[in-house]
This record gives sequence, structure tokens and C-alpha cells, in this order.
Amino acid sequence: MALKIDLEKCIGCGVCAGQCPFGALSMTGPDGKAEAGPGCTLCGSCAEACPAGAISIEEEKKEGTARVEDYRGVWVFAEQHGGVLHEVAFELLGAGRGLADALGVPLGAVLLGEGVEGLAKDLFEHGADEVYAVDHPALKDYTAEPYADALSALVGKYRPEVVLAGATSVGRGFVPRVAVRLHAGLTADCTGLSIDKEKRLLEQTRPAFGGNIMACIVCPDHRPQMATVRPKVFRKPEAQPGRTGKLVKESLELAPPAVKVLETIRELEGEANVAAADIIVSGGRGMGGPEQFKLLRELADALGGAAVGASRAAVDAGWISAFHQVGQTGKTVRPKLYIACGISGQIQHLVGMNSSDRIVAINKDPDAPIFGVADVGIVGDLFEVVPEIIKALKK
Amino acid sequence: MHFAVCIKQVPNTTQVKINPETNTLVRAGVESVINPFDENALEMALQLKEANPGSKVTVLCMGPPQAESALKECVGRGADAVVLLCDRAVAGSDTWATSYALAQAVKSLDEAPAMVLFGKQAIDGDTAQVGPGVAEWLGMPCATYVRAAKIEGGKALLERAYEDGWEKLEVALPCAVTVLKEANVPRMASLRGKMAAKRMEIKPVTAADIGADAGKVGLAASPTRVVRIFSPPQKTGGLKWAGEEPAAVAGKLVDWLREQKVV
Repeated sequence: MALKIDLEKCIGCGVCAGQCPFGALSMTGPDGKAEAGPGCTLCGSCAEACPAGAISIEEEKKEGTARVEDYRGVWVFAEQHGGVLHEVAFELLGAGRGLADALGVPLGAVLLGEGVEGLAKDLFEHGADEVYAVDHPALKDYTAEPYADALSALVGKYRPEVVLAGATSVGRGFVPRVAVRLHAGLTADCTGLSIDKEKRLLEQTRPAFGGNIMACIVCPDHRPQMATVRPKVFRKPEAQPGRTGKLVKESLELAPPAVKVLETIRELEGEANVAAADIIVSGGRGMGGPEQFKLLRELADALGGAAVGASRAAVDAGWISAFHQVGQTGKTVRPKLYIACGISGQIQHLVGMNSSDRIVAINKDPDAPIFGVADVGIVGDLFEVVPEIIKALKK
Repeated sequence: MHFAVCIKQVPNTTQVKINPETNTLVRAGVESVINPFDENALEMALQLKEANPGSKVTVLCMGPPQAESALKECVGRGADAVVLLCDRAVAGSDTWATSYALAQAVKSLDEAPAMVLFGKQAIDGDTAQVGPGVAEWLGMPCATYVRAAKIEGGKALLERAYEDGWEKLEVALPCAVTVLKEANVPRMASLRGKMAAKRMEIKPVTAADIGADAGKVGLAASPTRVVRIFSPPQKTGGLKWAGEEPAAVAGKLVDWLREQKVV
């Protein structure tokens, strides 16, 4: 694909230059007419805006090959909240490192926020070769629009071939906007990534239909190849103290956010979050009611402060808040130990927890599918077994 | 005030077939329902309509002719108008091309909406990408994972959930939101609504009718390609203890946990 400017038709009005999200168009062509610079991503904004119909994006027979080659490097979005990096940022560095090595390109990390450049050190020590940092008041609290503006501008300028972000509420909120703007392919919620070295393609694997089907998706003719990746799918790499890299500070002009954050309420204050816990005790339909979750909290305490999780059935019944939900529509977890109590093991639940290091299941029904993924399955009444486990742990 | 709701019809089953030639899903012959999260988006729009007298709700859907039944259900529940985008040209669209087509459909409405609502994601694709994508095409701010919304002083006041809490947001109109299940309990169709739905004649629109650029819709305009579909790998179960005394089996488990050094 290529941007074509018909100088016969161009009236030199400058509308396109104002419209270009990447500042790639200028009125520096012959007779003050439009000219495209290297920042052009073929997004087509200018072609749409041009009142004279002078700009078009020409599809060539062999679509994109020349342009695709202009893109090099693997980037990860380093999500941070209040100056603290999200664990998924490190997990992405781990995954991204492997992809970058397979492609023979550097691994970059994108840091957006206010006063967050200090986090670059931690990113370098976990595998980043380059950190692209944008420091701006509009990026202090996460809102989708300035985040999308900043990432789009960086990608437009530096042209990485792969961009990964966590499939968190932040990543899934703003990355789709970036993909639309760049006409890039975006695969949601990936659980596997690999490289087809010959074609330099990112192979993205993700569950669909509630985990009943896995799909492998590629993006042959558009760049960058973008994906959001589930937290806890990849392991955080070991830190390499003293490892360093190149810090690129980028100053951008960003519009003030259209969304104002009035207040932030942390629901899980004082309670372990399933997304980060090493041990999770989870309850499902077999719990029978909200009161019975107390028993799981006791077991969690006896295990030294484990988190309490829940299946969708328990959340939908209103027995416990959605913040505890594990599974396709909840959180994906990968603890050292997952104890499933009264959970039958619908595929939607299994996809959220079956990569846990060890799984213990307690269920009355000997045919419950949860036993198919359990390292240890106990067929029995959880209300009889769990109190005995608590007793035995206290011994 | 005008509220637009984008809905998707999804298969009401886990038995989904794939067309091996195009690697796209075969939706014909499978019973379809309104995507459950979209029902929450519709309910939120209907409640906003009730709270803001003089408002109306328009429901938009891109899909096959059978999607008419989903739109009629929405009318039964209180939607005032519907748009069915039904065109072979949009078939095989990924989230990029779908969000463009839906944005064009929203742009084609006589009255520009103050808010465009979506379910948080569709239960078939689970991408959650179309809502923010449409917002991008429309140049609107978008709040995802919203569990409460009201309009005050010409602005939207929203509650947005994130992983371990939620935020109160103030957003200028027009804006887009994607709605969580816990936002509300969708109402049933009323008798009056059902009559209105029965009377309503839904004339599908084509991509050309809504001014969509043929080069931006359908499989050809979609950057992503599904190259392979397979069943998830099955993990095989390990030890299984049945018919033992609770105290004995609990003791065995704790021994095992200690052996594994997890406690």
C-alpha cells in the first residue's frame, strides 16, 4: 500500500496536515502542496479529510510487503499504576524477549505516565533493551484517549513490528483504539505467542467460544502486529541486576483527557487479590451460599494468607463479588496451589486456572470435569473435608 | 437525548462450526441469542431514557437477516428504533472492520447519539475490542467495564471497574461505554412492546446505505487472519481419592502439600 498525493488536485489547503495523527504530512511539496514524510502509517485520515479528493491510499497487488519491512522491533507496553509496574509488564518482557531474539531485533518497553521514568531501570533489568518513556500530566491517571494518542504517536514514529500489552482492563480499554487508528491487526487475550521466522510473523493463540476452541491468528499485511496477553500466562523473568539499556524520552503534545477520574475505590483493601496470589482457595456452586465462603476464608488463613477465588456460578448467585472471579470472564490465575471446592469445572473456569502449578479439587460428584485437571482429586463433601484440612494444617 | 446500543447476535451453544475454506465461523443453523452483555447495555440505555424524559433508544446490529429477531426482542423491551446492517460485503470482518462498519451505522442515524453503549464483550469472540474501536472511529471518549451510569449537567457520571476496585468517572458527551453484567438485571419484553415489535417492519441497510467505504469492510479489509483452529489441549488428572474418611483424606492431602513444599 502507498499514499498517493495527486498534485494536480491538491489545493494546498493544509487540512490533511492538520488531520494527520502522526504529523507526517506537511505543506512542503511543490508550490506549497502536500507531502508525506516517513511518519506516515497509511491510516487514511488525510484521504478522508481532503476536500479536493487529492489523497488516496493505493492498494498494490502485493499488498504491504515493502511497508511491512519498514517495521522492526518488538515492543511491550509497561503498564503502571501510581508509579508501580503491573506484574504483567514483566511477564510481557519475558515473552517479548523470546520473540525479539527469534526475530533478531531489540526489545522495547513503552512507559506512559507522569514522573515514571525511574521505572525504566526495572524494565532494563528484566530484559528491555530500550525504554520509550512519555512523561505527561495527561497520562497521570489512566484514561483511554491520551494513552491511545501517546502509543499511536510512538508506534508511528519508531515502527515496531510487534506490540504487546497486558489483557488487563487498561490494555483492553485503550489498545483497540490504537489498532483502529493504525489499521493494525489486534488479537485479544492471547495465551500463546510464537514467531514464524521465515515470514517474520507473530503467531497468536487465543481461546474463543468460552475456551471451547483455540484459534491461531496472524496478521500478514499490516503492521504492527498487536496483541493483548493474559496476565499470568507467561512467567516473570529473573532480574539481571545492573543490566541496562537505552532510555528514549519522548515529549508529546497531548490533549487534556476527556474522561476525568473523580475517585478511585480499591475494593480488595486488606484482602488478597487472586490475580497476584501464590495460593488460591476457590469456591463454586457447591458452596451453596455466601455464609459458607467463611469456611474458605478460614482455609485461606490456615494456608498462610491465601486468596479466595470463586467460579462464575458463585459470583452470579451473588455469594461473593466479581473481583474474586476466576475464569474466562474473570481473572486468569497461575498460583503455586489452586484448591477448587465445590467447583464442577466448566471449560470457562478451567481456562482461567488450569495452568496453576498444582491443582487440588474437592467435589461430591466423582465425574466432575474438574478432576480431569486436578493433581489431587478428593471425592467427598467439602463441608466435611475442608474443616479436617484446616485442623491438619494447624497441627 | 438519543442513546444508541450496538448488539451482536451470538450462537447459543458451545457447538460451533468452522468453515474450513475461509476459516471463518459458520453461524447458519445454530440457534442465536442476543449477546448476554449486550442485554445489560440495552437495559442501561432504557434506564437512561427513563431518567431523561424525551429520550429515545436506537439499537444497531450487524449480522445476517436472522438478526432481525434479536432487534425485535429489543423493541419488545422498549427500544424505539433499530438498524440492521446486513450485507455480504461486511461478512468475515474482524474487529477492525466491524468497528468501522458499526461506526458508520451510528453516523448514519438522523440524530447523533449522546451515548453509544456496548456489552463489555461478546461471548463468542470474547475480544472486547469493538466498543473501544467504534468509539475511536467516532472520535468519542470511551469508558470500558462500566457498572453504573447517569447523566447530570450534560455530562455522564460513570462507575468503571478495574481488577481490584472501581473508579468514578466524569465524561463529556457524546461518549461510548461498555457495560458489565452487574450493572443491572435486563427487563423482559412488555406486552405493549411485543405488539410494537410485531408491527415494526425492519428494512435492512447495506454498507453502501450507511456510506461505508467498501475498502474498509469485510474479510479483505481485516488485518487479522485466523490460520488454524483447534481444541484446547487436555490436561490429564492425577491422584484421585474417593470413599475415604474426611480426617484421613485431609491428612493425606496435607502430607502431600508438605511434600510438594507449597505449605
